[in-house]
Amino acid sequence: MLAQLDQLYADSLAQLNQAESTAELETWYKAALGRKGSVYLMTRQVGQLSAEERPAFGKRINAVKQELETAYEQRLAELRSAELDALMASSAIDVTLPGRKQWHGRLHPATQTLREIYRIWGDMGFQVYRSRDVETDEYNFELLNIPQDHPARDMWDTFHTTTPGVILRTHTSPGQIHAMHEYYPEPIRVILPGMCYRYEQVTARAELQFHQVEGLAVGKNITMADLKGTLTDFARRMFGAHRQVRFRANYFPFTEPSAEMDVECILCNGDGCNVCKYTGWVEILGCGMVHPTVLRNGGYDPDVYSGFAFGMGPERIAMLKYRIDDIRYFWGNDLRFLAQF
Amino acid sequence: MLVPISWLKEYVDIDMPVAELAEMLTIAGLEVEGIEYTGIPGGNDKNRLVWDREKIIVGHILKVEQHPNADRLVLATVDYGGEENEVTVTGAPNLFQYVGQGDISHLKLYSPFAMEGAVLYDGHKEGQVKATLKGRPLRGIHNRCMLCSEKELGLSDEHEGIMIFTDEQTPGTPIQDILGDAVISIDIIPNIARCASIVGVAREVAALTGQTVRYPNYDVVMEGPPVEGKVVITTENPDLNPRFTGMIISGVEQKPSPQWMQRRLQLAGQRPINVVVDISNYVMLEMGEPNHTFDYDFLRGRADAYSSPDGPIHIITRLPHEGEQVTTLDGELRDMPPTTILVTDPAGALSIGGIMGGETSEISDTTTNVLLEAASWNFINIRRSMSLLKMNSEAGFRFSRGVHPSQAVLGAKRAAELMRQLAGGTVWQGLIDYYPNPPQPVTLQLTAAEVQRIGGISPSQVEIKQMLESLEFTVEDKGDHLLVTAPDHRLDIEFTNDLVEEVCRMYGYDKLPSTEMSDTLPPQRANTRLEQEERLKDSLVQLGLQEIITYRLTTPEREGKLLPPETGITPDDRPYVTLANPITVDRVAMRHSLLAAALEIAAANSRFQEYIALFEVGYIYLASEDGDLPDELGRLSLVMTGPRQQVSWQDNGEILALDFFDLKGVIEAMLADLHIAELTVEAASHPTFRPGRTAKLLLNGNQLGLMGELHPLVVEGFDIRTERPVLAAELDLDLLLSQIPDGFHIEPVSNYPAVHEDLALVVDKDVSAAELAEQIQRAGGFLLKNVALFDIYEGKQIAAGKKSLAYHLTFQSPGKTLTDKDVSKNRQRIITQLQRQLGAQLRE
Repeated sequence: MLAQLDQLYADSLAQLNQAESTAELETWYKAALGRKGSVYLMTRQVGQLSAEERPAFGKRINAVKQELETAYEQRLAELRSAELDALMASSAIDVTLPGRKQWHGRLHPATQTLREIYRIWGDMGFQVYRSRDVETDEYNFELLNIPQDHPARDMWDTFHTTTPGVILRTHTSPGQIHAMHEYYPEPIRVILPGMCYRYEQVTARAELQFHQVEGLAVGKNITMADLKGTLTDFARRMFGAHRQVRFRANYFPFTEPSAEMDVECILCNGDGCNVCKYTGWVEILGCGMVHPTVLRNGGYDPDVYSGFAFGMGPERIAMLKYRIDDIRYFWGNDLRFLAQF
Repeated sequence: MLVPISWLKEYVDIDMPVAELAEMLTIAGLEVEGIEYTGIPGGNDKNRLVWDREKIIVGHILKVEQHPNADRLVLATVDYGGEENEVTVTGAPNLFQYVGQGDISHLKLYSPFAMEGAVLYDGHKEGQVKATLKGRPLRGIHNRCMLCSEKELGLSDEHEGIMIFTDEQTPGTPIQDILGDAVISIDIIPNIARCASIVGVAREVAALTGQTVRYPNYDVVMEGPPVEGKVVITTENPDLNPRFTGMIISGVEQKPSPQWMQRRLQLAGQRPINVVVDISNYVMLEMGEPNHTFDYDFLRGRADAYSSPDGPIHIITRLPHEGEQVTTLDGELRDMPPTTILVTDPAGALSIGGIMGGETSEISDTTTNVLLEAASWNFINIRRSMSLLKMNSEAGFRFSRGVHPSQAVLGAKRAAELMRQLAGGTVWQGLIDYYPNPPQPVTLQLTAAEVQRIGGISPSQVEIKQMLESLEFTVEDKGDHLLVTAPDHRLDIEFTNDLVEEVCRMYGYDKLPSTEMSDTLPPQRANTRLEQEERLKDSLVQLGLQEIITYRLTTPEREGKLLPPETGITPDDRPYVTLANPITVDRVAMRHSLLAAALEIAAANSRFQEYIALFEVGYIYLASEDGDLPDELGRLSLVMTGPRQQVSWQDNGEILALDFFDLKGVIEAMLADLHIAELTVEAASHPTFRPGRTAKLLLNGNQLGLMGELHPLVVEGFDIRTERPVLAAELDLDLLLSQIPDGFHIEPVSNYPAVHEDLALVVDKDVSAAELAEQIQRAGGFLLKNVALFDIYEGKQIAAGKKSLAYHLTFQSPGKTLTDKDVSKNRQRIITQLQRQLGAQLRE
């Protein structure tokens, strides 16, 4: 009987090792260790043994069972691993095939540039103040020290509406007056973004509508040196920490002294190229100390208060940064252009 | 303003390179927009001709002989300052007259002379083509040098003969030193009207370099009869014409002006005409006072008629009579606007004051006697007249920016003296000068403290005084302040800030310190509206839509395409904000809709792209009923069309098109992002949208806007090239943003298992999905966490007029594990309720 058991053990082990797949192994398991398997059948024969023989047989058959179980587990692990390897090997893919394209929305480049400007000025305590597009001549010009028929009006080609005295704003400067009226007598630090309009033929370089961001700081102790320092900080953050800036005298009716800020050309790094007309500099913004008449029109006494103002064009800045050679791209909204931002 | 450096040097020394001068002027507010070099090195144009200093020099023509072998060539013997004279072959017709005259050195014929190896422009080729002069035989005579034409030097297109200097020169002098030049172009912005002259620029250079200007000589030698009683001047509007000065010059000889003057005028952008006209232009460019020349005899002739042969000429400046017309010297007959001031005599108009002369009184080739006018005009009125007349002139350019009346006499004297010197005229004694109300000079107080307060710099009072004096201000030190009087040419000085700017300019904008603001930081306020708009944009971008920004100017016709004529509905009749001066016919009015522009963009992109998903956040402009300014209202437009997903190499099945529910899903997700819960959607009809596929969106009972599938006629009208549905919406941005709650709370996430149940209900066809879902939610109670529709069926398996909707229901309790009994109780309640409310039957 024990010999029979030994034979069974040996045969089962041999068959186990012949199983080439987990499926064959399961079949083996059923045949050997299953409920009606050969080991079970052998167990049932214990009744034919004498009481003396039984303990030894019982011990032996348990050992056989144990060993076969262990051998099964081991074999199963081997086969599983081999089968998994084979499966993975057979299902390898060409990882260089293209990824599945996703629909993808983006913010318009003008919005992206505006946000960058908002963020930098926000860090310096300048908040966004917006005002209307359709304005009165009074707010757009007269309160800004630009009287009727003054030669300074040549600086703005204006769209007039059919309502006398109502125009499309040529700059966001009317917001300076609105902000001063709203905030007097608090000190002011605001930026004024918005769409502006000029009576101009649309070309690669000129648009009839464009964004502008003006800025206004009013307080009791603000100087031209503060203007220079603050705008230099802005330029360094917008265009790079090492970029040179220069200030030169200029004229705006609503500021005095007035200046223009140039930034070292972004394309040629100041060496001279077509974009900077070989000067090494590109004009970025106009600025100056708020004209006393404008302060007074805003309700602030120019003998007590002073301030500075500036204005820049986000599209122009974006054109320089992204080397956009035609301003018409902005409102053309060609998706092949927009998808690049 | 074109400023030839050679001319500028007459009034001020310039020791620095031109590029450096340009930089200095630019920083000081005279923006140099370009530098044009002639013959000398400089600039970026590598192809430009630079005259070799050794090889292109002055030659003195000593003798001209016939070429032995050619009729049309001569041999010129030239002294070029070398050891021996050079004989050179030339075909210049302007030398033929000297053949056979022997020694002509006494005629002082000097010409540019090029030596072998010199680079010049080829005189025989079109345009400017460089060529190197090589020695070669010309009809048997070896020739290695050349007398040059203007074209060969690049001075003009003139190649008819060689260039002859009319002034005496020293043989061998480099041509660079005589004709070499650089012309800087200065942008005359409104506050530097004073720099619209060479002397004006010289003043700035002098101030910036610590020099004094060498002014032109304004003395006149007057040898003619007295002017007294010859001309009487009346100005009817002294406020528009503060001063009128006249001088008489007789016996002028009509001839070309001297070469140096012609050269200067050309470099400054003026065409030389004859000596009288050239002097008039020259004086204007030199010192900034435009002046005008009348034919004296023509005026005299008219005076004989309206007065008597002994009576004076009457010059009257006045506003035009009604309907008065003037023929200007460009031959145009022009209607005079009522505010335009005219120079007239009793017989009629002579010229448009300060802008342009009249044709009849203009000097001609036969003019010998000249009445010279130098006047002063109100700059605002000149500008208005120029814009009403749509006219431009050099005189108008200057007068419309402001020329001080004091300049009139100086201009008149300078021009008269030049006519005496250069045109052989005799200047009559005295000036006719009408100047009733000379303006007071502008005097301001300035302190060092004010310079510090505005300029942020601290020069001492003495330094400030020096800076202003260098600009010709008169400055009195009053101890605690300076009393500053502006010179006449500074019409831009009105306020102390103007003086601070002058101090900053002299200090140097590049040297101003850079500081951080030390002033109090203002109260910091959020711009909630802007932040909400930006959140909305971010949400839509995350949902896969592209932001667009379109033109806010459009035409009513373009927007009318939203309402196809076939529908018989006319557009919103609230008036447009319309331009009085549109620049193009397709941008005449401020928009009423964002959607029309978005559909135009969709149409343009549909030519090359199938998937289009766009949005715009912006404003529309509705003329106001009670005020001049329109209402500016916020709108959000959405447009989607195309395949629902991108074609991939992995797909082989058909890709579905975006439909109504894609757009609706975007709107729902956007609202969820903004934490707006209360959306109601109702079926609606509108001509822009396809009947049966149009919805009205409401937030808390207020209409948010319409959405739907675009009407096929609208798709066609906008020429959107797609076979797929085009989904669109235009929403009220102001309402939308107003519904964003100030804050929100989260719901705790339950740790107990959720139970999922499916439920299919059969209802009448006209019961809306929204109604059914709402009733299920209401009946399901607080344990019903989610109701998700997964199938709709109409057909044979159910009764006619009915439809079946199948839902996944999710039950979950925040506090316990639900039992089957809990769930079936809720489920039964839903069935019972819906049966009662909507007659719904459970589908078995």
